[in-house]
Amino acid sequence: MSEVILSVNDLCKRFGGVTATDHVNLAVLKGETHALIGPNGAGKTTLISQLSGLLKPDQGSIVFQGKDITDLPAHQYCEAGLARSFQITSVFPDFSLLDNIALAVQANQGHAFRFWANARRDPTLRRSAHEWLGMVNLDDRADWLASEVSHGERRQLEIAMALATEPSLLLLDEPMAGMGQEESGAMISILKSLRGEKTVLLVEHDMDAVFALADRISVLVYGKVIATGSPQDIRSNSEVQRAYLGEVA
Amino acid sequence: MRWFSIVLLLILAIVPPVAFITGHAFWMDLFTRLVVLAIAAVALNLILGYGGLVSFGHAAYLGLGAYAVGIPVYHATYGGFDSIASYNGFVHLGIAIAVSAVYALVTGAISLRTRGVNFIMITMAFGQMIFYAIVSLETYGGDDGLTIDVRSEFPGINLDNPLALYGLCYGSLVLVLYLVYRISNSRFGLTLQGARSNEERMRAIGVDCYRYRLTAYVISGVICGYAGFLLGNFTTFISPEMMDWTRSGEIMFMVILGGATYLCGPVIGALVFILLEHLLSEITVYWHLPFGLLLIASVLFLRGGLAGALSNPPWFRKDRSSALASDTSTAASGTATKAPTRADDDV
Repeated sequence: MSEVILSVNDLCKRFGGVTATDHVNLAVLKGETHALIGPNGAGKTTLISQLSGLLKPDQGSIVFQGKDITDLPAHQYCEAGLARSFQITSVFPDFSLLDNIALAVQANQGHAFRFWANARRDPTLRRSAHEWLGMVNLDDRADWLASEVSHGERRQLEIAMALATEPSLLLLDEPMAGMGQEESGAMISILKSLRGEKTVLLVEHDMDAVFALADRISVLVYGKVIATGSPQDIRSNSEVQRAYLGEVA
Repeated sequence: MRWFSIVLLLILAIVPPVAFITGHAFWMDLFTRLVVLAIAAVALNLILGYGGLVSFGHAAYLGLGAYAVGIPVYHATYGGFDSIASYNGFVHLGIAIAVSAVYALVTGAISLRTRGVNFIMITMAFGQMIFYAIVSLETYGGDDGLTIDVRSEFPGINLDNPLALYGLCYGSLVLVLYLVYRISNSRFGLTLQGARSNEERMRAIGVDCYRYRLTAYVISGVICGYAGFLLGNFTTFISPEMMDWTRSGEIMFMVILGGATYLCGPVIGALVFILLEHLLSEITVYWHLPFGLLLIASVLFLRGGLAGALSNPPWFRKDRSSALASDTSTAASGTATKAPTRADDDV
């Protein structure tokens, strides 16, 4: 449990005068669910975007599985074993749910310079796509277009797509955002089923979800990590209470 | 839609030869041009419909393909440039494909760095570049164009026979349709469509869209260059005018009118476009005006083009939004009917 899978060292990102990521150090341990919390504008999404390669940091390094991946282009982050979901749901709206997953499965199998065989009749793609859909309880909707299912189901779909790339670390950017009670309940149980199987870095506003899921929590305020520890430590940390939990309550 | 496509192809297989045999050579001519432009439109649809890349320079390939016939024939007739001078159809075909591929690779590699309106403008600029390059070639007639004295020679097939020429064009159309059908449903095709649908998501699952787009762009250009080769053999006269940007616009319009992302959409578009152009010009010399109005109306009222309207007729529309509304209300009881999708084997 103690092996570090992802370490973020002295990471900085500025947008004009705003320092969105301010000398962040963070270590994610293999197998844990690590939650990243913080008030609005704390720079959580900016940090996740750097960890998935979509934004380049100004300073510092990201070491993943012993390899410095800071300067890799975004599409190679996925090859390295990092997959993410987006705060604003990002799927292929005009594809069926099954095709959404199948595309992720085929991306994971290597290049797609195969021009002839019908990919929709490829059992290796279809079967694992069905499995991933089943894992997020969407298999009965396999033929629906992603634009036709509910918001919560689209989020589940996105998690399944990220899982289908078989990542070593899953980055989830507010998977519960915009969900109703029932939907987030379904999402929590899906994420619970991943515990112990997958290493997850979870950004989330929903405190019930965070305390139900996280092994460890890091608190980000104004681009700085002010505390890292177990849920109990974080709950009782006075600095965190003042900066964050105090504000909410 | 699948049955409609088969009927359409059967009509194209039967009507023109019958018209020719019964002495209506004009219709045969019209349909040959139609089928050639349909090939170009199907090629454009590969990147426009499936790839979401609006290229405004595809007429350049028609021109390149046609000049790949005209220039070797010119030299074979009047001397000079022995290395390419030839009446041999395979030589013409080889040049047409090679030149189109290289041109597509170079312009695509640059154009595909841009998106949206910039992509439209840069493809158009490249098209105009070729246009002016040909205009400046005085040897080959420049602005006035070049007459092709001898059609491409193939063993066993005489392209001077309109029926044989039409057979070649029609056979090519069917072949190209089958090719695009296979490509669009392959891993490559799905990747291309994924890049159209959501590029950021593609990157997040580890796919570099650029390589796939460029490959599709080259395939599309080569097929279009092949259509140009056929066009040169059909018209036996080539001029820079056939690669003007307005021509690119016409091909693009055939795709959109017929229905981008539908395999046979561009064929329907070409058919309607050419027939309408002909019928209206018979009625009035000011045919451009009603033609333009009809085109505007079709874009305004036919989402998904004619193919979209045919496969999901407005008077028989199971509305998606109402299907959705009824879905959410019935989902709980588990009786939700499956909404219409076009998932498997788009035709």
